[in-house]
Amino acid sequence: MRNLFRGELVRLTSEEPDAFAKVEVRWQRDTEFHRLADSDPAEMSSEKKIKEWFEKRNEEVKPERYPFFIRTLDGDKLIGFLGLWMDLIHAEAWVGIGIGERDHWGKGYGTDAMKLCLQFAFTELNAHRVSLGVHEYNPRAARSYEKAGFRLEGRTRGDVMREGKRTDSLWMGILRDEWAQMQGSGL
Amino acid sequence: MFDIQTQLFEGKDIRFGPIDYEKDPEIESKWTHDSKFMRMYTLDPARPMSAALVKKQYEKLEKQIEEDKNSHYFAIRAKADDRLIGKAVVQWIEWTNGNAWIHLGIGSAEDRRKGYGWQALSMLIRFAFAELNLFRVSARIPEYNTAAIALFKKLGFVEEVRRRQALDRDGRRWDLVVFGLLNSDWRNQVGA
Repeated sequence: MRNLFRGELVRLTSEEPDAFAKVEVRWQRDTEFHRLADSDPAEMSSEKKIKEWFEKRNEEVKPERYPFFIRTLDGDKLIGFLGLWMDLIHAEAWVGIGIGERDHWGKGYGTDAMKLCLQFAFTELNAHRVSLGVHEYNPRAARSYEKAGFRLEGRTRGDVMREGKRTDSLWMGILRDEWAQMQGSGL
Repeated sequence: MFDIQTQLFEGKDIRFGPIDYEKDPEIESKWTHDSKFMRMYTLDPARPMSAALVKKQYEKLEKQIEEDKNSHYFAIRAKADDRLIGKAVVQWIEWTNGNAWIHLGIGSAEDRRKGYGWQALSMLIRFAFAELNLFRVSARIPEYNTAAIALFKKLGFVEEVRRRQALDRDGRRWDLVVFGLLNSDWRNQVGA
C-alpha cells in the first residue's frame, strides 16, 4: 500500500494550534505570498487571534474538509498548507495550496505536496476529478500544477484587481483517468 | 506584469505588524496617560487605560474586524527592533462606494519628527488604494493638530470640509477639518 502522507520531499500533516499560529503570523506579513495565494486583501491578525481561529476550526471535523499542512522531510520544517474540499455528491475535490516559507519557493516542495494531494483525492477519497483556481500573475504555481498533472480548462476574465489593473483567474483540473495514466498503472 | 512583489507592510524604517498581546498593552497604556497625545490622536475624551484594559480593547477590536469586515488595523513598528511606535487604521469602509476613513498616530514623543508618520501614512494609502482598491479615503483632523495637517497635505490630501467650531477643547472651540484623497490623485502622484 502507498504511504498517503509521505512524498519525496514533503509530508502532509495536521498541526498544533501553537505551531501553526507561530508560522502564520510570519506568513501574513509577506504580502507577495498573500497576493500569490489569495484574492482577499492582505490582513494581519495577532498570534492569539490566529490560535483562537484555528482552535475553533479544529472543533469541526467534516467528511468534506481535509486541511493539511506541509512539512519538509529534511528538517521537518513547517513550510505551507494544503486544503482539500470534497464535493461529496459529484466526487469533485477542490484544492488550495500555499508555501509560506519563501526560501522554499521554486524547489519542488509544492509540486510534491500536490502530487500527494492527488494521490489522496483519487485513491482515498475516490474523487472523479480535482479542480483548482490560480491567478494569471502566478505562472510559477500554474507550472507546478501542470507538472502534477493539471491542465488548463478555462479562465474568468478580469475577476481580480491588483494594483489598479484587472487580471484573469485560470481554472485547472485533472481527471481520475488522466492521473491513473500518469502513474503508469491502473488503479 | 503586476507589481505584486512590493511588500505592502515594509517601509524604510518602519513596518506594519499585527498586535502583540505580550508587549503592546504596556506601551499603549503609557500613551493613554499622555493627554497631549490623546487629544491629537482622538476626538474622544482622553482616558487613561491600564495594560489590562488596553488588552481588552485589542480583543474587542480584533473581534469587530473579523465580524464586520470593514476595517484594517496595523501596529506601526520600528524595523530595527520591532518595538511598537504607533498605530494605523483604515476604518468605516463602505465597500459598495469604495470609501473609507484613515487614522494614524505615533505614540511617544521621541518617535516623532523622524519621518515615521510620513512612511506609515504612505504605506496606509498604498494599502487602501492598491490592495483594498478603494476609490477615496478621508481623514478628520482637529485644526490644532498642525503637524498632522501638514503631513496629510504633503501626501496630497485636499481640505474638503471645515466643520466650524465642531470641537470644544481646552476652554475654546476649534474647527474640525476633513481631508480627502482620491485613488486617481494618488496614482498621478506616484506614477502608478
